[in-house]
Amino acid sequence: MIGLDVGRLAAVARKEAREYRRTPFIIGAMAVLPLIFMINPVITIFAIGATVKSATVAKAVGATFLVLLVVPAVIPASIAAYSVVGERDQGTLEPLLTTPVRRGEILIGKALVAAVPAVGIAYILFALAVILAHFFAGNPTVAATLTEGSHILAQALFAPLLAVWSIGVGTAISARSSDVRVAQQLGTLASLPPLAVTALVSFQIVPLGVWTAVGFGLGLLVIDIAMWRGVVATFDRERLITGSRAAKTTGVGPGGSVGPGEVRRIRFTGGTDVG
Amino acid sequence: MAKEQLTDGAAPALVVSHLTKRFGDRSAFEDVSFEVARGEVFGFLGPNGAGKTTTVRTLGTLIAPTSGSAVVAGIPLSAATGAEIRQLISVMPENPGLYVRLTVQENLELFAGLYGLASPGARIAGVLETVNMAPRARDLCGRLSKGLRQRVGLARALLSDPVVMFLDEPTSGLDPVASRDVHDLIASLRERGVTVFLTTHRLEEAERLCDRVAILNTRLLAVGPPEQLRTQLFRSSLVVETAARLPAPEAIFTPEMGVDKWTPDGDAAYVLTVAEPRMAAPRVTRALVAAGADVVSIAVSHHSLEDVYLELVEADPEAGR
Repeated sequence: MIGLDVGRLAAVARKEAREYRRTPFIIGAMAVLPLIFMINPVITIFAIGATVKSATVAKAVGATFLVLLVVPAVIPASIAAYSVVGERDQGTLEPLLTTPVRRGEILIGKALVAAVPAVGIAYILFALAVILAHFFAGNPTVAATLTEGSHILAQALFAPLLAVWSIGVGTAISARSSDVRVAQQLGTLASLPPLAVTALVSFQIVPLGVWTAVGFGLGLLVIDIAMWRGVVATFDRERLITGSRAAKTTGVGPGGSVGPGEVRRIRFTGGTDVG
Repeated sequence: MAKEQLTDGAAPALVVSHLTKRFGDRSAFEDVSFEVARGEVFGFLGPNGAGKTTTVRTLGTLIAPTSGSAVVAGIPLSAATGAEIRQLISVMPENPGLYVRLTVQENLELFAGLYGLASPGARIAGVLETVNMAPRARDLCGRLSKGLRQRVGLARALLSDPVVMFLDEPTSGLDPVASRDVHDLIASLRERGVTVFLTTHRLEEAERLCDRVAILNTRLLAVGPPEQLRTQLFRSSLVVETAARLPAPEAIFTPEMGVDKWTPDGDAAYVLTVAEPRMAAPRVTRALVAAGADVVSIAVSHHSLEDVYLELVEADPEAGR
C-alpha cells in the first residue's frame, strides 16, 4: 500500500461514485434496505412500556444495536462483491489494469466509495433511533441507554470496522469469482461472521462498557488488517486477466538493454506486478 | 525515466528476446524474439490461438513471462517496473472496454486521472477531435455504436501520448470509412514518432500500414517487411496467356529465355518461374511471337501478404493442432 498516488486514487473513487449514481439497483438498495432494518428497532423501542425494568430495556436496546450494525456489514458487501467481477464482466478490467494505477489505488478507491455511504447511513440510522427514542419512546430510560458513552463509542467504532471487513471480503470474492451473481451472494453471506462478535455485546453475553467496546474494536481491526492483506495478495494482474496466478519461475528483466543473442536471465520472484 | 529521453533515444522501442509463456503444459508462445524500432508500425499476425494477445498482455505487463526477456519503451520488463512501463505505453484491446454508464468525457477523465495528466481537459478535447468524437463527448458510452466505441477506445489509447501503442484489431467492427480514418490516424502516429504494435487479422491492413510484420503461430514464423517476406518465400513469376495451347512450350520456356521452371495453368496459360521478370518478360514475348503464338497477356505475378501468411501458417506443424 506504500506509494499511493492521491490523484489516481481519486480518479478511481470518482468513477465508482459516478457509476453508482447511475445504477438504480445500488441506489435503491442503499435507500430501501436501511429503512427495512429500521422497522424492527422502532417497534422494539416503542413496545417498551414505561414500567419495564432497566435490565429488559438494556436487552431491547442491545438487539436494536445489533440490527443497526447489520447495515454497514451488508450494504457494502454486495457492492464490493460486484467491484472486480463486474469490471471483468463489462470488459473494463483489462484497460484499467494496463494503466499505471497500482492495485492499492484501485482497491482503496473502490472501498472508499462503498464504505462512506454505508457508514454514513449506519450513523444516520443510529441518530434516528436516538431521536425517535428521545421523543416517542414510552420508557424514558431507552434514550438514556442508547446514548450511553459505551453505546455511542461501539457504534462509532464497529460500523466502519464491519464495513471494512465486508468490503474486503466482498472484494476478495469478487477478484476470485467469474460470475457476478455468485460473487454477490457469497459476498453478502461472508459479511455476516463479524456480526457474531458484536452479537456477544448486543445480547449482553459480554457486558458493554467503554473498554469492552475498545477491546472488541481492536479485535475487529486486527481481523480487518489480516483480511485486507489477503485481499491485496489475491489482486494479481495475471490472475485477474487469465484466471491463473503468475508462476514464480525463471523470468524476465535484464539489468540493462539486451540485443538479440544476448539474453540475461534473472530470477523473477513474484507475480506480474508488485504495484 | 522521462518520456523525452525515451523518444529522443535511438534505442528500439521494443526488444523481445527468447520470450516464452506457458500456462501449465500449454505454450501460449515459445521462444519469441524480435525488435521494433521507434516510430515503426509493426504488424503482429497469426491465426486464432497463436499467442498474439498473450504476447501483447505480456509486453503490456499484465502477464509475467515464463522465461526470456524484454525491454519495453526502454525499460527492462520485470516485476518491479510494471507501473513505470505502463506510464509510457497504451494498450487498446479488441473490445475497447468502456464504462457504459459513464459518458465519453467521463471515461476519458478517469484515464486522464490514472495517467496523472496535468491538463486533462485540453488533452481530452484534443484526442476527441483527433478521432472525430468531439460532438459526442457528453453521450453515454452505452448508447454508442460499436464503431463509435472503438473510436473512444482509440482516443483513450492516445490520451497519455504514449511512446508505444499496442492496438489489438483497431478496425474490428468499423465500416470502411471509419477504418480508413483509423488507418490515417495510424499513419499520422508514425509521422509523430509513436511506435505502433498492431495486432490484426486484416492482412491487407497490415500490408498497407506496417513497416514490418511478424507472423506468429506459437513460435515466430517470420519477421520482416512485407516485400522482403514475399521475395524470401516466393520466387518471381510471369503469367503467360495465349490464344491457344502451345504445341511445344518446352521449346520456348527455356533457361536461355530466363525461365527457370514452368507449369501449365489451365488450357492456354502458363506460370513461369523467373529470376528477373523485367528481363525475362520481353524475351519470352519475342519467343512466343517468333513461334507464331498469339499472346493474350503476359504479366508479373504479385504475391500478397496473404499468400505469405498462408504459406507460412499452413506449412507450420503447429497449424494442425
